[in-house]
Amino acid sequence: MTDATLGTPNGARSIDHIRASYLAQVQRRRLYGGLVLMIFVLLMVSGFMVADDRNAGGFWDGLHQIGDYPAEVLAEAWQKRADLPGLVVEFFPALIETINIAAVSTLIGAAAGLVLSLLSTRGLARWPRLIPVFRRFMDIMRAVPEIVIALVLIFVLGGGPVPAMIAIAIHTAGALGKMFSEVAENADLKPVEGLASTGATWAQKMWLGVLPQVAPNYLSYALLRFEINIRASAILGFVGAGGLGYELRNSMAWGPGRFDEAAAIFILLFGTIVFFDQLSSRYRNRLTEGHAA
Amino acid sequence: MLKIDTLTKRFGDKTAVDAATIHVTEPRMIGIIGRSGAGKSTLLRMLNRLSDATEGSITFDGEEITALRGAAKRDWQSRCAMIFQQFNLVPRMDVVSNVLHGTLNKRSTFATMFNLYPQSDIHRAIEILDRLGIAEQAPKRAEALSGGQQQRVAIARALMQDPRIILADEPIASLDPMNAQIVMDALRRIHEEDGRMVIANLHTLDTARRYCDRVIGMRDGRIVFDGTPAQLTTGVARDIYGAGADFSEAATSTAIETLDSHEARKAKAYV
Repeated sequence: MTDATLGTPNGARSIDHIRASYLAQVQRRRLYGGLVLMIFVLLMVSGFMVADDRNAGGFWDGLHQIGDYPAEVLAEAWQKRADLPGLVVEFFPALIETINIAAVSTLIGAAAGLVLSLLSTRGLARWPRLIPVFRRFMDIMRAVPEIVIALVLIFVLGGGPVPAMIAIAIHTAGALGKMFSEVAENADLKPVEGLASTGATWAQKMWLGVLPQVAPNYLSYALLRFEINIRASAILGFVGAGGLGYELRNSMAWGPGRFDEAAAIFILLFGTIVFFDQLSSRYRNRLTEGHAA
Repeated sequence: MLKIDTLTKRFGDKTAVDAATIHVTEPRMIGIIGRSGAGKSTLLRMLNRLSDATEGSITFDGEEITALRGAAKRDWQSRCAMIFQQFNLVPRMDVVSNVLHGTLNKRSTFATMFNLYPQSDIHRAIEILDRLGIAEQAPKRAEALSGGQQQRVAIARALMQDPRIILADEPIASLDPMNAQIVMDALRRIHEEDGRMVIANLHTLDTARRYCDRVIGMRDGRIVFDGTPAQLTTGVARDIYGAGADFSEAATSTAIETLDSHEARKAKAYV
């Protein structure tokens, strides 16, 4: 009952052949792997050398000073630690403004990214021929740095939170659209087909057939983007968009003497990121376990 | 050789395995039967140290297995191969690489990351695949193979470990009857030719009867039967499965021959 059913054993010649061809395959793979590793190392070394040459100070000379600035900030903040709670309260309205910019831009950007992603996913797209158009459109949105868009808009519209919001929303739409579309590509098409068989429109098929499958992933990406946007809106404050970034620039530009304010702002930023990280992981768990919809 | 003493596993207040005691004095082919949820898988997972026992001990050749930690535990795992119901291969890697994973315990992490297996190992992997009749599949990705072929790759990975014991957790539960027979025949042949101990969880009685030297029946975490296939009467089987008088062995059979038997036709009438 044993031998016959195991398939006829190969002759010595054919197993030698299998061996030889597999070993050749292994050799080839090792060669490619080695080449890739070499290219990687070369790029690293050459890139580092170029960057080091162009640097004003030089990497190795500056390396030991890397801790100086944080140490100064920490030392001063520790000296004036009694003032910190007051400063945190003082900058809290600026934090609210920063979070506001981030929240509005995330919402607008995620909504736009959602539509763009479904329009540029193979198998789901409304107009399959236009997929490359929507993809390039998202590429452009991602390619232009937020700060460039913000600077242009501030020039046109004047300083304030609205240019920052628009700039971040544009970048968010491009970035989330890309991530959303990768998730949507893995969605099961059977429910969509089921809905199509009932005569549903494209929007109905997407909303009822695709979104329930991808919602947990979309939400967690959107919340991650929200965290990134909080930081982005703080940075845009540096160029005149208001909020926490504006205050941070002031306190940092003043140098020693106002480092306690910088420390307070860092504490606020850090606390906010931690808070929203915790919040997002909780909601993501609830969504994936299916307790809430 | 292998001694399992009052081995217990609790999940919260639920006891999955309740004071299991099994003594094995020589390499045998042992089948463990019982309903799903009877604790068969948990028992095997504890033997391989994939999960820790709550109480009790496992000793192999005088060595305490339940107390092993770190490298010693991984060494035991390399001596005690495991085969899974869903094959648990790496789907995107080729068949030979999957078989070579059987040597991971003996190789450094760095060497395995860059696929630097010795040529002798590669030769041995292909020999084992040839022994199991799937050498032609060697360069293919594991995911491209049929279920029966994938399970044979999993057996090849187990053999690559050169283990003293092979544990098989429902090895044929996801296979069609023809492939189930090929896989069970392969396990039996490995037991007979190499003298390795094989412990298999099986969900069909006739498979246990046909291939095993010794059958252990579990119900609700307890061992309720331990004997030869001949001692496993229909009455005992009813006890193990907690079934009523209408229980028929052929009703759950996956063997091809049962289709011809009169009993099978009778069993069909019940369905």
